[in-house]
Amino acid sequence: MSEAAAIAGSVAPVRTLAGGSAVLPIAGEGLVVRRGGRILIDGIDAAFEGHGITVVLGANGAGKSLLLRLLAGLVKPDGGAVTWAGRPPDRGRALGVGFVFQRPVMLRRTAIANVRYALKAAGVPRSERDAIARRALQDAGLEALADWPARLLSGGEQQRVALARALAPAPQALLLDEPTSNLDPASTLAIENLVGLAREAGTRIVHVTHDLGQARRLADEVIFMHGGRIVERAPAQSFFDGPSSGRAQAFLEGRIVL
Amino acid sequence: MQDLGGAFAQALWLIIELDRDLVEIVGLSLRVSLSAVLLAALIGFPLGAAIAVARFPGRGVVVAALNTFMGLPPVVVGLLIYVLLSRAGPLGELGLLYTPSAMVVAQTVLVTPIVAALTRQTVEDLRGEYEEQLHAFGVGAGGLVATLLWEARLSLVTVLLAGFGRAVAEVGAVIIVGGNINHVTRVMTTAIALETSKGDLELALGLGIVLLVIVLVINGLASGLRSAVAQASHV
Repeated sequence: MSEAAAIAGSVAPVRTLAGGSAVLPIAGEGLVVRRGGRILIDGIDAAFEGHGITVVLGANGAGKSLLLRLLAGLVKPDGGAVTWAGRPPDRGRALGVGFVFQRPVMLRRTAIANVRYALKAAGVPRSERDAIARRALQDAGLEALADWPARLLSGGEQQRVALARALAPAPQALLLDEPTSNLDPASTLAIENLVGLAREAGTRIVHVTHDLGQARRLADEVIFMHGGRIVERAPAQSFFDGPSSGRAQAFLEGRIVL
Repeated sequence: MQDLGGAFAQALWLIIELDRDLVEIVGLSLRVSLSAVLLAALIGFPLGAAIAVARFPGRGVVVAALNTFMGLPPVVVGLLIYVLLSRAGPLGELGLLYTPSAMVVAQTVLVTPIVAALTRQTVEDLRGEYEEQLHAFGVGAGGLVATLLWEARLSLVTVLLAGFGRAVAEVGAVIIVGGNINHVTRVMTTAIALETSKGDLELALGLGIVLLVIVLVINGLASGLRSAVAQASHV
């Protein structure tokens, strides 16, 4: 069980916040999504459990973000089904699966109030919210900005607040949809460090990215997608050493894949 | 028209000496219209936000109807409420006709669609940005409505203002259900109508100026409130 405090390495009472009941494994079976006659997700089977970071790679339109939204229960598939620990996703367990979007969505309130909002949604008692939220911001190196209006923070700071907010309820899984694609290198590094800490705390992470360098830095495992299908799924080392598919090979070499 | 300057002078004089009738009329106007706006907000905010968030068959028709009701003619609303509240009407028992309460009801009916329709538009614009994130938090339909209303709070101040402007300036509905009874149901607009028809243009103009000043002051207060809210809530 991951625990926000454990990420900081401090001693915390063992308790589950959003993880009241299990969400792992997160699994998709026979997933199909069609939009306007086009098939965007074309029969995907994938399950995520245990520990570590799975990086999802692929070109624009490969279906990476859509797969992540399906796994999060934000989009309903036209075919197949997603399950969390064997049952369909439900609101009660939503915060057991943290989600960070490409563009951070900040509520019009302070940074810490943003985190408290997520804790409230997770059903954390009011008296405990502030301490947990403050600790989550501290772990993200944001304690000095806790009482700042979230919408006045820089893009990188907003994304770190968004990540701290997703991690505060101690999710069992964390889904990241290109969280650093709009950020400068320093902010990207801060986000990657935070993601690394979450992984050490035992959070199961699925991370969609375009950034090959980032994939090499973070991945324990790689999923390569093309045309709404999973072309290849392999341990990071073997994928980067020599992908088995020609498309992945081309992608790694920076050739344009059509 | 004899003389506009004279009207201004008389209006000023009425205000300076805090003419008892004037204060009473202005007070009742504010009481009726502010009550109506408050009730309209209690109904219109959640209603508008719910329509913005919900997806159901016939939603487009509901939205179109709501937008149409924004332009309800006050005299028609007044007539409808009059029929409902008259002795022989279904709500005649309540004995509300020709009371300030009847005027509040009429203005509430007039203003609620305005508040609801503008709220619907405002919240719907925000929904696109927030919906997925809030679903990822496991927030349900009720929480979504409440959160979006709170996030829209700045724009909603302006919505209230639009509603108040409509209520305090209308004459058709309050004159039908209130009857413009001196010391009972006489408000600024009905008084202006009466004085004009009596030929007392100076007094009518004077009241008109007071009405404008009040609307101006309320607008100023609201924009002060808006920036206070903005500062306190970091938009």
